[in-house]
Amino acid sequence: MQLKIENLRVSYGNIKALHGITFSVEAGEILTIIGANGAGKSTILRAISRMIPSEPGSILEFEGEDILKYSTDKVVSKLGISHVPEGRRIFGNLTVTENLILACFARKDTQKINKNRKWVFDLFPRLEERKDQLAGTLSGGEQQMLAVGRGYMSGRKIMLLDEPSMGLAPLLMLEMFDALREINKSGTTILLVEQNARLALKFAQRGYVIENGSLVLEGPADELLVNPEVKKAYLGA
Amino acid sequence: MESLTELFTYILQNLINALQRGSFYAVISIGYSMVYGVLMLFNFAHGDIFMVGTYIGFAIATLFIALFAGFLPGPLIFVATVIVTMFLASWIGVFVEVAGYRPLRSAPRASAAITGLMIGIIFETGILIIVGAQRLKFPALMETVSYNVGGVYFTNVKIMIIVISLLLMLALHGFIQKSKWGMAMRAMSYDFLAVPLMGVSINIIAPLTFAVGAGLASVAGILYGQAYPILDPYMGVLLGWKAFVAAILGGRGSIKGAALAGYLLGFIEIFVATIFPSTLRDLIAYSIIILILTYKPRGFFGMEHSTKLRL
Repeated sequence: MQLKIENLRVSYGNIKALHGITFSVEAGEILTIIGANGAGKSTILRAISRMIPSEPGSILEFEGEDILKYSTDKVVSKLGISHVPEGRRIFGNLTVTENLILACFARKDTQKINKNRKWVFDLFPRLEERKDQLAGTLSGGEQQMLAVGRGYMSGRKIMLLDEPSMGLAPLLMLEMFDALREINKSGTTILLVEQNARLALKFAQRGYVIENGSLVLEGPADELLVNPEVKKAYLGA
Repeated sequence: MESLTELFTYILQNLINALQRGSFYAVISIGYSMVYGVLMLFNFAHGDIFMVGTYIGFAIATLFIALFAGFLPGPLIFVATVIVTMFLASWIGVFVEVAGYRPLRSAPRASAAITGLMIGIIFETGILIIVGAQRLKFPALMETVSYNVGGVYFTNVKIMIIVISLLLMLALHGFIQKSKWGMAMRAMSYDFLAVPLMGVSINIIAPLTFAVGAGLASVAGILYGQAYPILDPYMGVLLGWKAFVAAILGGRGSIKGAALAGYLLGFIEIFVATIFPSTLRDLIAYSIIILILTYKPRGFFGMEHSTKLRL
């Protein structure tokens, strides 16, 4: 088990966002957590990358190490957990290449960095065409590619993806998930949270369903796809 | 015809003076803008960091002249003074960030602003206690040579001040555009919450930004000491606030804007003083700036950040 989350509780002020969530991620797998808007999906990822504090008693471990000992930047650079946040959050005033270089800020392995960058450009040829352009001038789909490419270069052991399909045209969405599969094949574990349940369950091997801050269902993705409750609530059928 | 030439030399003469004055404002105001760009707060201690930097420059210059005058060439002593002073003063910047602002990262912005003012007062009082209230004379690091070209008078010191300031800003530009630290600073100014997700520690970038700002201010202090060789513990207040005005006029967080507005401020001050009585200089100069800000409230290059806007 690569990532172990036990009894994760998070509150925003008086509002409890997560009521003790427990799940684990195996190395190399694709795991998805699906749920409605506001169910707490993004909160899980933010707690793992230490952008928000979790309440005492929460256990977060990555490869046996206590995540809570690290600050956000160390979670990324030391543990190798990358977080592709909701809404992309690319740096619009930096060029595409600079965005990718910045993602390797704490890395010293220059040769490997260059290799990784070539790999990202092979994966997203559109980014290479625009490599000297300011990232703010990219289209939404290209920005998402950059956000994913950046995530790949910053962490590499596991990638936390927050709604990568958001705002993408259907065709681009499929292209994006093909690319994510390539990233997974290269050895990066993927933890995906998505509102687009059908897409996520087709892509993942295993899935969880989150409702109002609690995980309510768990199972192989293909079983969840045909689960009547999931179908009724999330697949619109 | 003759009066036209006279007018021309008159303007040229004031242009050189304005460039010198603007150089100080520009180099100091960059420190405000850099910190604002990265942390979205105005470091109100910056004027006093400039003052402490000038005192450090004074100490180093005095020491080096006592040690090396006679057997090392003057320019070499000057360069050594600048480098050592920059290095020492940058630690003042680091200290201010770590001790003053870091504990207040998640506090309301007003707390940080008040802390900045207090740090300034501590520096002023500290210098009063350590050095005393008497005004000190900054040693001349080079022999002044005057030139007269077609009626325009200038000294080598003036030219040096203008040129060194420009070189400093060019070097800073290179650092911000080319180095990975500069990249991180630019990224911070765009979206500071996403920067840690790149594996970048804000606890490295923030003190570095303060250090660069303090280092620049200390060189401005040495140069200032060559032009106006009187030091007193309150010298940073007036100059600091004026540089702050330049930072606002340039657009918060914009380094380019701060530099340009610094020069503009120098020009306005000098040319106002040539037309009106010099006692009215600040009144008229700052009225002009209020007028500009009325029509351009974000300054020259200020960005729209309504959701992120914090004092």
